[in-house]
Amino acid sequence: MARAVTTNRKIVNTAAAWAVGLLIFFPILWTILTSFKTEATAIADPPVFLFFDWTLENYAVVQERSNYARFLWNSVIIAGGSTILGLIIAIPAAWSMAFVPSRRTKDILLWMLSTKMLPAVGVLYPIYLLFIKMGLLDTRLGLVIVMMLINLPIIVWMLYTYFREIPGEILEAARMDGASLKEEIIHILTPMAVPGIASTLLLNFILAWNEAFWTLNLTAAKAAPLTAFIASYSSPEGLFYAKLSAASVMAIAPILIMGWFSQKQLVRGLTFGAVK
Amino acid sequence: MATQHSRSAARLMMAPAVVLLLGWMLVPLTMTLYFSFKKYLPLRGGDLGWAGLDNYVRFVTSSAFWPSVQATLLIVGGVLAITVVFGVLLAMLLDQPMWGQGIVRILVIAPFFVMPTVSALVWKNMFMDPVNGLFAHLWQFFGAQPVEWLSNASLTSIIMIVSWQWLPFATLILLTAIQSLDSEQLEAAEMDGAPALSRFRFIILPHLGRAITIVVLIQTIFLLSIFAEIFVTTQGSFGTRTLTYLIFQRVLESQNVGLGSAGGVYAIILANIVAIFLMRIVGKNLDA
Repeated sequence: MARAVTTNRKIVNTAAAWAVGLLIFFPILWTILTSFKTEATAIADPPVFLFFDWTLENYAVVQERSNYARFLWNSVIIAGGSTILGLIIAIPAAWSMAFVPSRRTKDILLWMLSTKMLPAVGVLYPIYLLFIKMGLLDTRLGLVIVMMLINLPIIVWMLYTYFREIPGEILEAARMDGASLKEEIIHILTPMAVPGIASTLLLNFILAWNEAFWTLNLTAAKAAPLTAFIASYSSPEGLFYAKLSAASVMAIAPILIMGWFSQKQLVRGLTFGAVK
Repeated sequence: MATQHSRSAARLMMAPAVVLLLGWMLVPLTMTLYFSFKKYLPLRGGDLGWAGLDNYVRFVTSSAFWPSVQATLLIVGGVLAITVVFGVLLAMLLDQPMWGQGIVRILVIAPFFVMPTVSALVWKNMFMDPVNGLFAHLWQFFGAQPVEWLSNASLTSIIMIVSWQWLPFATLILLTAIQSLDSEQLEAAEMDGAPALSRFRFIILPHLGRAITIVVLIQTIFLLSIFAEIFVTTQGSFGTRTLTYLIFQRVLESQNVGLGSAGGVYAIILANIVAIFLMRIVGKNLDA
């Protein structure tokens, strides 16, 4: 029998949870609100919460001054490109590990994950040097390659965990019924693999979008994505709260929305299904 | 059934991923190792020959080394303590029946998706600024002197910012674990008159053990190399220079590649010690 919950207790739970939730969300909320204020209202003392003249001016100024669209485009290309490239390389690998496992499969998987533990700062200079030699410094292609490599272990692992859950019996049953290999792939395997591939894509896009170490160190002007665009607001002379807020909202909004849609996958993806 | 044919096909399908990761690991690692034995100053003469173990000794004996290790450990330890304790409490709260659970969960996990550079800048300027920050207004409201967060309480500030970013992760993982707890066991304990505290200690906490370990290990890996938050707030000053940041400064700012590489090797060793523990746990799970 389900536990009977009194209405009183539910009210207390609701109030407590909403209070904590709003407290944690507050910095984001405050940033959103500030982005619609004028600079004078943004630093008003005492602070103004909801009752001010809302303006869209900051967003226009941010775009005008720093060509937000180009940074956004760089972010999309780098995060999207590295994710797709990673998937192209990882899908066959994870597929074969899940369906044709050998004695060494587990060792290979663990080794792949161990490359993720390589501290970036320890290998920054070699990569920097190689990038200069190969003309990849401050190019989107260079960052696509780096992002793909740092996220590849996660992509392989996530896909492996998803693929392993596809039951082999269904395949065998289909074969018994006389399904050809083509029918098998189109009608049985693909529909079962697509959700896993989609959530892997989503999580990796988020990780690549927010990654800052490599983007800050390997880009300057041409290929800089939103992480670097925001970092340029850290200089004290260029500091305007309303504009900083507008820029921040423009940088995090796309990914925040994607993140909310993929929260369940996030748990699995980041713990490789170790927590259920 | 795996045939000889399908096995070689499988090997072929795995090859690109394996080769790429092997290259990604070996090439820069070998270079770092090579540089670490060199006196290598790109802007002051370039490669000035072998240095033996000089860089390793110099890195460890420099006055910046131990403070940076201390700062790293304080940040990692502080963030872990905060996120695990509050993560458990928050997960238990969110597991309770309530109205609007879905929305509350969305509010709580949101910080995890905020770019580290954005969250550091927002906290630094709009909350921790001693003149215009919200905290300053709050302190003044209660008649207290505003705190100069990032210069006078720098480590605390960094820990606060990073904890805010990682609390959602801890909460989410722990909540998933709590939801798999058998509620009948809890009910039985409640019926038997076990007080809430001992129910927590003897049923909930042991059940969460594995999830907590995973949270600790994964966060440790990421927190050991925390960079962006320090880069846009203090630039390593006021005692917030972590090992990662110290190496970054040696390599890119003072362009002493040999010395920085030796530091990099230390960081790699440190990360690998942590990684071994993580591998064990994940590896065990793979068998299950």
